[in-house]
Amino acid sequence: MTTLDKVRRGAKVEICRIADGHVRAQAIRFGLCEGSVVTCGEKLPAGPVVIYTGWQELALGRSIARNITVKEAS
Amino acid sequence: MELPKGKKRLVLVGNPNVGKSIFFNELTGRYVDVSNFPGTTVEIHTAPYGDYILMDTPGVYGVSSFNEEERVARDVILHADIVINIVDALHLERDLFLTQQLIDMGIATVVALNMMDEAIRSGKTIDVAKLSKHLGVPVIPTVAVKKQGFQELKANIAKASLGYADPRIQSELDKLIATGMGRGDALLILEGDEEVAFCHGQQAFPLREEIYLRRRQRVNEIIADVVQAKQIIKKWNKLLGQWAVRPVTGVPILFAILMAMYWFIGVFVAQTVVGLTEETIMLGIYSEFITALIFRFFSPEGFLGLLLAGEFGLLTMAPVYLFGLLLPLVVGFYLALSLLEDSGYLPRLATLVDRMLTGLGLNGRAIIPIILGFGCVTMATITTRVLGSKRERIIATALLGVTIPCSAQIGVIAGLIAPLGFSYLVIYVLIIFTIFIFLGTVLNKLLPGESTHLLIDLPPLRLPQVKNVFTKTYLKSLAFIKEAAPLFFLAAVAITVLAYTGALTGLQNWLVPLTEGWLRLPRETTTAFVMGIMRRDFGAAGLYHLTLTPQQTLVGLVTITLFVPCIACIMVMMKERGWKDGVAIWGGSFVIAFLVGGIIARLLG
Ligand SMILES: Nc1nc2c(ncn2[C@@H]2O[C@H](COP(=O)(O)OP(=O)(O)OP(=O)(O)O)[C@@H](O)[C@H]2O)c(=O)[nH]1
Ligand SMILES: [Mg+2]
Repeated sequence: MTTLDKVRRGAKVEICRIADGHVRAQAIRFGLCEGSVVTCGEKLPAGPVVIYTGWQELALGRSIARNITVKEAS
Repeated sequence: MELPKGKKRLVLVGNPNVGKSIFFNELTGRYVDVSNFPGTTVEIHTAPYGDYILMDTPGVYGVSSFNEEERVARDVILHADIVINIVDALHLERDLFLTQQLIDMGIATVVALNMMDEAIRSGKTIDVAKLSKHLGVPVIPTVAVKKQGFQELKANIAKASLGYADPRIQSELDKLIATGMGRGDALLILEGDEEVAFCHGQQAFPLREEIYLRRRQRVNEIIADVVQAKQIIKKWNKLLGQWAVRPVTGVPILFAILMAMYWFIGVFVAQTVVGLTEETIMLGIYSEFITALIFRFFSPEGFLGLLLAGEFGLLTMAPVYLFGLLLPLVVGFYLALSLLEDSGYLPRLATLVDRMLTGLGLNGRAIIPIILGFGCVTMATITTRVLGSKRERIIATALLGVTIPCSAQIGVIAGLIAPLGFSYLVIYVLIIFTIFIFLGTVLNKLLPGESTHLLIDLPPLRLPQVKNVFTKTYLKSLAFIKEAAPLFFLAAVAITVLAYTGALTGLQNWLVPLTEGWLRLPRETTTAFVMGIMRRDFGAAGLYHLTLTPQQTLVGLVTITLFVPCIACIMVMMKERGWKDGVAIWGGSFVIAFLVGGIIARLLG
């Protein structure tokens, strides 16, 4: 278990928990919910994390990424 | 909203950046802005279409009240008779969430499955008939940019249907509907929308997550059944998209774009083109002719002669500046900006600069209003609505009003700075940039509350559509002339009157401590400032024909850049942010402009 901001570039991870309720609701609309598998595309130094959900690219601010718990996808 | 008798409300609904505005333009023959970034449309546009009133709405990922766009869209959707739901075939998994929500709301819907060209190109096959069967509403494949599928869509509007709603919330919905509200309102209340609940004197239900997750699951099941995706091969646009956000490549790309724009606008347009339009055509041919003509009938010393053809004449200075100087610059600028907007680069830029903007209490999304501000600060102020919180909107509006020069002004500035050499350009940019950072940081410290964080999707990079780029440039330039011309003529009259009555010399003498003393500029710059109150670009243009040393030019330009936003802009600011904030920004820009100008003069001297 770790958080999305700590994942290395290119890693495939499964989302376990999104802490903030507001972000969680928005994320579900984007197709991200607990159990979704995403690939970490880019990480800007202290900045946003770019992820691929399989059909789209999303950029998440660092503080959002920090609040998303993930685990290595099998 | 008022509705003519017998007309029905037909509402275009869809996620951001899926092509809604193209459909609106195509169906009604009216142009509203089309760009490749989420959040182009921020207000409702309406126009008649057959028996309907067609409405274009801001793009939303779902119906609720998370931000201003959603509130605006929500109210229109709740009153819709029929919805045309535009869906991006490439992002079907994301977009069907909204589709299913509309169906759950009980609104008659027809789906336009847009961007079919891109979906096919990326190796996606969609079983349209099956999709329609799953949803229970007509689904029409379209390629909006190539006008494919419009006929079929039009034929299917009347066949819009209710579709298959989530059955598990039916009993709760019925209870709410029994109190006399519509099904759409009832669903939003179940989904925890406090504003809608409040309107009906109800309590919002805590069911949002449960309903959302079930909807997500249903959408995923539909997708699994109708979509077949082949592995997408990495292509140039995917690679370029990655380079644009990765700092090591993204920063050089940004600089290359800025340099290209500087070269195009500051060197090519501001010198070569303006040399032709202003010097040769407007001054050489037009002015000569009109002055000779006017002075045949009026004395060059009389008021009427001066008003029409004097130094600040209605028929001399006004058209020469407006058409000879500003118009070519504005056209050049909008051409460059339209290319950028259409390419899909801006959301990537938002990602690249997010870190920097968080220090100013903004997130990366704020770069979009800021970039648009380089086109027209007035328009950009309106798009600050896309920002997630009130404090972000105030910060962005203040930054726009004080530090961002608009296209016409940039053109004039570039034209004045380019001859002085590259080092002056760098100094100018650094000064303005410092003020930008400083102002943002201070406001971030002072304003209460929390800012929101970046959460955006990055659309694929596209080759800009030539036709859209030209239409956009044409319409924006036209809007510029319409807005600027009356103010410009007004400014010409005001200054002629001030000059004729001796008030201008009086004002110039009275302001000597400020101009000559503090800013170390010739007293005639007062004229530029008076013009600058009407529009900042006229202010900058007013510096064009003064004889200034390079240092003085720099001081003059910095001061006029930071000087008050134009009248139209300040009116929009007051409308959007309230008069108090508007006045504060206006007053603040006076103080900052002269303070910084004077300090620079001292540092250089
Ligand atoms: N390839 C392709 N591009 C399209 C199609 N439809 C729209 N576009 C492009 O998609 C982008 C967005 O179009 P808009 O009409 O501004 O989208 P919108 O839904 O009004 O966007 P917002 O107002 O931001 O919510 C533009 O760059 C269009 O050129 C299509 O069928 N195929
Ligand atoms: Mg639009």
